[in-house]
Amino acid sequence: MTNAGTTVTADLPTPAVRLPRRRGIELTLIVVAVLLSVYGYCAVGLAKNGTVPPGAAGYGAGLGVLALLAHIAVRLRAPYADPLLLPIGVLLNGLGLVLIYRLDLETPGDRAAPTQLVWSTLGVTFFIVVVVALRDHRVLQRYAYVCVAAALVLLTLPVLFPAVNGARIWIRIAGFSIQPGEFAKVLLAVFFAAYLAANRNALAYAGRRVWRLQLPTGRVLGPIVAIWLLSVGVLILERDLGTSLLFFGLFVTLLYVATGRTGWFAVGLLLAALGAVAVGRLEPHVHSRVLDWLHPFASIDAGHGPNQLAQSLFAFAAGGMLGTGLGLGHSILIGFAAKSDFILATAGEELGLAGLSAIFILYGLLVERGYRAGLALRDPFGRLLAVGLASIVALQVFVIAGGVTGLIPLTGMAMPFLAQGGSSVVTNWAIVALLIRLSDSARRQYDIEVAA
Amino acid sequence: MTDSMTRHIRLAAAFCTLLLLALLVNATRVQVFQSRTYDDNIANRRQTIARYDQPRGAILVGGKPVTGSRDSGEQLRYERTYRNGPLYAPVTGFASQEYGTTLLEHSEDGILSGTDSMLAPFPLWNDLTRAQNPGGNVVTTLNPAAQQAAYAGLGTRTGAVAAIEPSTGRILALVSTPSYDPGSLSGNGRSANRSWARLNADPDKPMLNRAVRQTYPPGSTFKVVTAAAALDAGVVTDLDAATNSPDPYTLPGTSTTLTNEGDGCVDAPLRSAFEWSCNTVFAKLGVDVGVRDMSGTAEAFGFNDAYVKIPFSVSPSTFDTTLDKAQLALSSIGQYNTRATPLQMAMVAAAVANGGQVREPYLVERTTRRGGETVSTAGSRPVRQAMHPATAVQMKELMEDVVTEGTGTNAAIPGATVGGKTGTAQHGIGNSGTPYAWFVSWAQGERDIEPKVAVAVVVEDASADRSDISGGGDAAPIAKAVMEAVLGS
Repeated sequence: MTNAGTTVTADLPTPAVRLPRRRGIELTLIVVAVLLSVYGYCAVGLAKNGTVPPGAAGYGAGLGVLALLAHIAVRLRAPYADPLLLPIGVLLNGLGLVLIYRLDLETPGDRAAPTQLVWSTLGVTFFIVVVVALRDHRVLQRYAYVCVAAALVLLTLPVLFPAVNGARIWIRIAGFSIQPGEFAKVLLAVFFAAYLAANRNALAYAGRRVWRLQLPTGRVLGPIVAIWLLSVGVLILERDLGTSLLFFGLFVTLLYVATGRTGWFAVGLLLAALGAVAVGRLEPHVHSRVLDWLHPFASIDAGHGPNQLAQSLFAFAAGGMLGTGLGLGHSILIGFAAKSDFILATAGEELGLAGLSAIFILYGLLVERGYRAGLALRDPFGRLLAVGLASIVALQVFVIAGGVTGLIPLTGMAMPFLAQGGSSVVTNWAIVALLIRLSDSARRQYDIEVAA
Repeated sequence: MTDSMTRHIRLAAAFCTLLLLALLVNATRVQVFQSRTYDDNIANRRQTIARYDQPRGAILVGGKPVTGSRDSGEQLRYERTYRNGPLYAPVTGFASQEYGTTLLEHSEDGILSGTDSMLAPFPLWNDLTRAQNPGGNVVTTLNPAAQQAAYAGLGTRTGAVAAIEPSTGRILALVSTPSYDPGSLSGNGRSANRSWARLNADPDKPMLNRAVRQTYPPGSTFKVVTAAAALDAGVVTDLDAATNSPDPYTLPGTSTTLTNEGDGCVDAPLRSAFEWSCNTVFAKLGVDVGVRDMSGTAEAFGFNDAYVKIPFSVSPSTFDTTLDKAQLALSSIGQYNTRATPLQMAMVAAAVANGGQVREPYLVERTTRRGGETVSTAGSRPVRQAMHPATAVQMKELMEDVVTEGTGTNAAIPGATVGGKTGTAQHGIGNSGTPYAWFVSWAQGERDIEPKVAVAVVVEDASADRSDISGGGDAAPIAKAVMEAVLGS
């Protein structure tokens, strides 16, 4: 039963009851997503200059063609895929481009939207490549150790390059800034899923019992903890706390899902708390972030003016319920990183709580669709991979959105699809591509089962 | 096995839902519940940006704007400009992006900046639409000719002029010299910083509005109040009856003696004592009236009122109410603790001209929307009776005599009835400072049914030669020019 789908070929007679493939829904939603993005683009131009921006048609056409190509790839190679995933990706990416274009108008000397458009094209291309080339997600299981090796190399690379804004997470090649840690996320998720799928029985049932806690054997746990420690160590060296937190969360989630040991969750939280306190105490960079979170207006009281977090909160507050309207806010007051880490503040100010909630719910849907694929799949690797990829999105959104709205201490991270940053966009398209493949497998296996 | 994993996935999904809920709740907290607090934080530039995002409303004098707005193209977009800045600075004040607002720019800021809720077409309209009203206009009561005449009359000297319409309290002129260009403070750049530093360091204090924010010893001009109190109290009943006044006069309870500049003050009747400004007569009159009636009359004229607003606040003029007789004698001739703003002394002259009634002075005729629809008008102002109407008639007579044959002949205007009173106020330790030259007056044109203007002029550095300083010589010609300007317009 667990290997259903591997032995069946496409030559089966047409079954009596087929699941709807829902590609039409996907296409309709993509059109809506593209139209919404073009509308946003025009709204910015109208608000700022009183005219529809000259590139509106080109922007709409470009986004439309990209989305259409992606749709065709899905229609041909993953016809059973979840119809919500691609439109959500298109809408978030389109909205991100609108927000970056909008902020570009405030910084005429520093235009980020054209580069971001190039990266988005690359991202969608990569999406198509993954959907077309990766016919079965289980292939990835074979490359688990290649993935982890590649992830470690990618994570280590930036150490060799100079630090940018206090963090060593970028490498510069031919004028492009690349953040290799972004790609490492997906690779690590693949590795964790493959490794835990292979060893989950050993992890769950072997080992000594200490009080009420069932410990796994050192032999099984050793490698995975070692790799986790290594990646976290590298991240602390690179001073990128956000990604470090993300890896940790991913690790704990997958370990819990694989073994079902609540103990892991407890141990994970305990370790996280200890780690957070230790890093918060010892690392001045992180320590100041915690202080900013506790007292966002301390710098104002001290007469130094508002810091970035305070400016971000002002922006969200200015948005209120319905927002000022695109192009009419002043989130550029945040200054540095307004287009990347703080992009959500622009959404919050100009689209209001209504728009912000819509964005959160879009992310929520994306994650939910990932989990749904995980639930529907049969093979443990596929299940863990789907949960892992969805969790990456969920955790990343929580860490950065919680950070800029003052819910948790701020850690630098890219808002998936929205924020300026090429590596992030490409990675997120890769995540959506993998989720498309996984959801396709999940429904295809069911369909074939019904047919048989 | 598979089932247990399904359960774990569901639990993990539930955890993700919790995270989503936390984000939504927190966003609601920041954007709805705490939004007002954050909006009002002093470090939040948004309100400032919105404030300067549209041209500021205009201040109008004689139907023409004396202010404007300039698009600077910066984050704080519009900067204030002034036509004839120094002339109207004591009225407009400044509106600076860096240093805030003063005077009319300050007290009418809601109208001018467009934030006043009265400017909205419908109640709550702007809260719903997030629209901002264009700045409204402020129409002043000033008479441009009178303002110009006062400013030109003071010239390079330090001093102030206040002119009001006696029957209404409308302020017709409000001038203070030396003045400054408020436009130099409008922006937020280095030039505004330099101007601010320079103006504040200037020993002549060009930003001080001497007409309403500086009090001076009124000297002999205060004898108008003393005379009115004496007539009201019945201490003097006949203007031409001899008073029992020695010269020199020894201040009660002391060995200090008070003298006069000229002769003929012994037992002088009120008319000639007023005409020739006999210190001895009025010092004794004040003592005869007593502290209670003297302060009663002074307060009825507006002294000791700390809450005068025109609509910006006016420094209170003072008449000490806890005096011994010697102090009262000095206070009654406008010395000791008696201090008055030029506006207050204009009110004294206006009360005489207006049958004893004091009208509260005001500077804003009405405020309008940008399109001209009236938002608010000055309306009728409270009235206070400072002296009996009969006393006012006698006082008018006394003041007219000063101009026709006394110390104030320089203020006479052919074809008009003019009443006045000169003053030369000693000040400084041991009266060592250059005396202030004062003149207060009112004028009624031939065809007017009532006096049209009351003026007070003070000149601080009247003349280089100390002995030449006099209200009649230095201040009266300025008052005359202002009165002529009003009567002629």
